[in-house]
Amino acid sequence: MLVSDIKSRPVYQGLRFDPKARRHLVAADDEGAIAVEALAGEGGDTFARNATVLYTGRDDGRARIEALKTDAVYVTPTVPTLLTRLDVILAAAGMTDRLYVAGDEGFIGQVVALGMRHGIDHVSIRTEHRGSLQRRVQCVHCKGITEGVTTSIATCAHCGLHLIVRDHYSRRLAAFMGVCADAEEPGVLPPVEEIFK
Amino acid sequence: MAAIAFKPGTYRDDFTFRNSEEAIRHFPFPFDKDSYMYAVNIEQHMPGPKKSATEFPIDVDEHYVAEMADRAMVLKEDPLRCQSQPHMITAEWDLLELLMSSMARDYPEHFALLRDGDRWHWINRPLGIEHRFTFGDTTTLPYGPMEYITRQCQGDFCLLDQRNDNLWMDAGIVTTQADWSLDFNLGMDFMEWHGPVPLAHDLGVFDRALKFLLNLQQGRPVRRLNWTMTVNPRLDTSPENYHKWGKDRASVTPENVGEKVHLRVELQALWRLPRSNAIVFSIRAYLIAMREVVTVPKWGRRLHRVLESLPPELVDYKGLTRYRDYTVAYLADYDDGAPTSPGFGPD
Repeated sequence: MLVSDIKSRPVYQGLRFDPKARRHLVAADDEGAIAVEALAGEGGDTFARNATVLYTGRDDGRARIEALKTDAVYVTPTVPTLLTRLDVILAAAGMTDRLYVAGDEGFIGQVVALGMRHGIDHVSIRTEHRGSLQRRVQCVHCKGITEGVTTSIATCAHCGLHLIVRDHYSRRLAAFMGVCADAEEPGVLPPVEEIFK
Repeated sequence: MAAIAFKPGTYRDDFTFRNSEEAIRHFPFPFDKDSYMYAVNIEQHMPGPKKSATEFPIDVDEHYVAEMADRAMVLKEDPLRCQSQPHMITAEWDLLELLMSSMARDYPEHFALLRDGDRWHWINRPLGIEHRFTFGDTTTLPYGPMEYITRQCQGDFCLLDQRNDNLWMDAGIVTTQADWSLDFNLGMDFMEWHGPVPLAHDLGVFDRALKFLLNLQQGRPVRRLNWTMTVNPRLDTSPENYHKWGKDRASVTPENVGEKVHLRVELQALWRLPRSNAIVFSIRAYLIAMREVVTVPKWGRRLHRVLESLPPELVDYKGLTRYRDYTVAYLADYDDGAPTSPGFGPD
């Protein structure tokens, strides 16, 4: 489990099967597939019969998901296409449906934010962190999102400023905060380290 | 009481903001002893001494007109500084009532509120505004109720929803902040938005403060002071614009410390609201230049001692690293080593 002392970072409790749910809506990317395997093991046939799984990522994860023989599986080419499909499914979902998500932090965050937009309380979404520690970063200046940041300083994909990645996370934006790294002495940057692998 | 003489002044570009002698005496100096560490320094928001910043629940001072002009400029450049989630509309009306009724009651020379049922008539003389509207009907105001009234009231305002034994920052207008972003923090709970503050979590400060605030009663507002320092009298020290103002921090020299470096005090107050059960969190920033601080001998001595002994984590968090030493050296000339009396006020 991802453990940190960042107070605004969500705690990812792990995927636990909810036996009371009528339907299990599951989103996963790459190594999130391993967590879904364990969830399916816990839920057995009940899970498989009533689960809709949306997956995006590498082929090994895809094979794991397809082997579970759940009621429905949607493999999408990208995260945005997965979110588009999930958006429509959530619009028709009800109180007895349970949402689960497993994968890297930026992926979890985007699924949780989507669920919140459909009126789901974030604490009721079951989450498990798997895979990379890379961060999704919002540039506080231009508000653009930069995906897959692995370094202490990153270039904003939108406005080009050099951003320090602060240890402060917004659930609404599903992103860490990026703040100009050389504002006080333009051009003078601290050393760049790869710290979110 | 006598009418306030509103002063011109800018908080950007040429920085013509200055405090009059009266405004210096009005300043809410935040240190009651010669050193500083976090505490849950919450007290009842009771009327303070005459002409002090806490004489009235909502303080209007000589900088009112200039500050409102600066807020309008910030909002024009970046409308994301004012955001409200749809479920906060009742709290917005609560806030409008609180501010209009306080300002009209305590500053009748400048503001008037006439109510006839839900038909309200608001007069703001300093800003030349007169408006009739229907309380509860947003179509009768040019902005949402929160934005409408806070474009006419000094200080930042956040509206905190209370649910699940927590407080949620679900609305606000934030244009005079010390390096935090409403857009980023919107929707966070109490622990989350305080996440970046060093040391205080481990001291249990936020656990105690939250417990206290969840029980805040209507009609019994509370307040606390917070402080930092700012180079130039800039109100908009937002992270959004940090890439523009950050270089100010490298501009301090031993020659310009007295003019450039400002103590920035936040008078924070919290009210329970009657209809929504939300809480208003107001953050009113006051600025005073070092050369103005030292005109009060006790404050000059004390600020010197506080800055000299400040823990390194706080020096870093408050962004003082580049100019703390120059400021301590400047203030040393005004610290003769004499004992200071307890309490906040001048001797």
